Amino acid sequence: MAAALIRTRDLARTYQFGDTEVRALDGVTIEVGTGEFVAVMGPSGSGKSTFMNVLGCLDRPSRGEYFLDGHAVAALADDALAAFRNRYIGFVFQNFNLLPRTSALENVELPLIYAGIAARERRLRAAEMIAKVGLAARAHHQPAQLSGGQQQRVAIARALVTRPRLILADEPTGALDSRTSLEIMALLQELNHAGMTVVIVTHETDIARFARRVLRFRDGRIVADEANDPLDAARMFAEEPAHA
Amino acid sequence: MNLLALLRVALRALAVNKLRSLLTMLGIIIGVGAVIVMIAVGSGAQARVEEQIRSLGSNLLLILSGATTSGGVRMGFGSNLTLTEDDAAAIPREIPEVMAAPALRGSAQIVWGNQNWSTIIFGVTPEYLEVRQWEIAAGRSFDATDMAGAAKVCLVGQTVARQLFGGVDPVGQSIRVRRVPFTVIGVLVGKGQSMMGSDQDDLVIMPISTARKRVLGAANLAKQRSVGTIWVKVPEGNDMKAAEEQVRGLLRQRHRLQPGQDDDFSLRNLEEVAAAQEASSRVLALLLAAVASVSLVVGGIGIMNIMLVSVTERTREIGLRRAVGARTRDILGQFLVEAVTLSLIGGLAGILLGVGAAYAIAQFAGWRIVLSPDAVILAVAFAFAIGVFFGFYPARKAAYLNPVEALRFE
Repeated sequence: MAAALIRTRDLARTYQFGDTEVRALDGVTIEVGTGEFVAVMGPSGSGKSTFMNVLGCLDRPSRGEYFLDGHAVAALADDALAAFRNRYIGFVFQNFNLLPRTSALENVELPLIYAGIAARERRLRAAEMIAKVGLAARAHHQPAQLSGGQQQRVAIARALVTRPRLILADEPTGALDSRTSLEIMALLQELNHAGMTVVIVTHETDIARFARRVLRFRDGRIVADEANDPLDAARMFAEEPAHA
Repeated sequence: MNLLALLRVALRALAVNKLRSLLTMLGIIIGVGAVIVMIAVGSGAQARVEEQIRSLGSNLLLILSGATTSGGVRMGFGSNLTLTEDDAAAIPREIPEVMAAPALRGSAQIVWGNQNWSTIIFGVTPEYLEVRQWEIAAGRSFDATDMAGAAKVCLVGQTVARQLFGGVDPVGQSIRVRRVPFTVIGVLVGKGQSMMGSDQDDLVIMPISTARKRVLGAANLAKQRSVGTIWVKVPEGNDMKAAEEQVRGLLRQRHRLQPGQDDDFSLRNLEEVAAAQEASSRVLALLLAAVASVSLVVGGIGIMNIMLVSVTERTREIGLRRAVGARTRDILGQFLVEAVTLSLIGGLAGILLGVGAAYAIAQFAGWRIVLSPDAVILAVAFAFAIGVFFGFYPARKAAYLNPVEALRFE
């Protein structure tokens, strides 16, 4: 295993609902090395989303430690976490979360604005990423003019544009048909082959099969941590007959 | 994120909901417009008052003769002519730099051809016009020779010129004042209404000697030299209060009044009267502006309301921006700039509306308006402040949204 990009120790996150305390995460200790492709699985309420939020520096753990690329981020203040998200993490969401009435190119530029990159360089880098996900011709389309798969590609370009260390994808294929899902998984696998660490949350076994490691959550704990021989999404996509 | 980028984001967000943005701005547009109109109208009224004060002449003291008391009934000032022409002559002699002009007043029916008119007659000395800062529109004034000979010459005010002579040039015409024939030698320029609303141009002016001998004085030969009023002009820059006390002291001495005895005349500092008038018109102007600014505040509440709606609607967008690295102050700035942009664009439109409405009022209602750049700057500053003030709460709310919950928001 390569050097650990993610290292958590006894990570816990509890929510208070009136008098009841809900333990969404209950002592998670895990390491994820650079270049891994991990699928996080589990039924709803198992804590996988909370785990994802903590990994993504969107949420702080109630207890435990989290090191991202060697930095202790568990206790960082809001704005410091924002800076970490900007620098280290690219998010991909189930519903794409693109800004409406805003061109694909400008959507991809967005994280660079908050990184304080000058307009000219922003535009260049965003265009480069759009090209990388194969949408150069549609850079000036608005999300409403793009298909679901294309929107998710734009979202992936946006996730990549800050050259993060980690791609966190929350049900990236949840809103897509199976063929488009293959296309997106192929893109993620391709990124992974190029060295990017990818963590996806999914409840679909079919999707998890493209990962090289599968973590199963139940009641806020990891109940299984298995290596997986991944399927090749690109080949499956090529073999699957296109829609009429 | 720099300000320019924030501004672009704000403009785009406002452009997405054009009608809503316009309606939100409407409150500010009306508010700013109202403030500008009200200030214009208020300043106009103030300017009018100031003009009236100027028409009266500045740095003036007015001395009125005392009151008679007959059988316990006290009459008003001027009913007993305690002042004399000698008092008037003594004032500039004893107090350097001031000018004094006595005036004897009465009313008379005047006749020209088949026209007649009832007006006020003033018997005055040649200094009178200078003291009152009153110019001659046509003809000439009377001089010492006219005074000495009690010449039957007179000057008429604009109202008399209009009412008695119609379109004819009064200079050189012969009129009869209480059946005495006079030659009109000059016409005074118009002074308009006094502060109290009386027409200052409805008068005939003649030498005081003539007035006393030929028109007004016949009834009261005993008081050969008495006058109703004396106008005193104090040079610009001199202390009015001190001059007032000097005149008072001099007159008390001349009238042989003991200490403790009341003045047998009334001394009025017109400056004070004017200042009081001016103050009340300023209060009125302020009041109008204050009422108008209430509508600005209401407009601000409208902005706050819409910004809160906007923050709720765009919760997901806020979550996403936070996820890709926006700090709280980036979000705060974004929504604050949006609110301020709304209020400033509204403010600019309000200026156009207000200036337009002010000119319309001037045009159609005939009111005097004064548009000052200060009022415009004030209105813009106010609009800006409203945007910041009412935009801050929604912006803060947006900035402190929990990113996890914001992303999950449906």
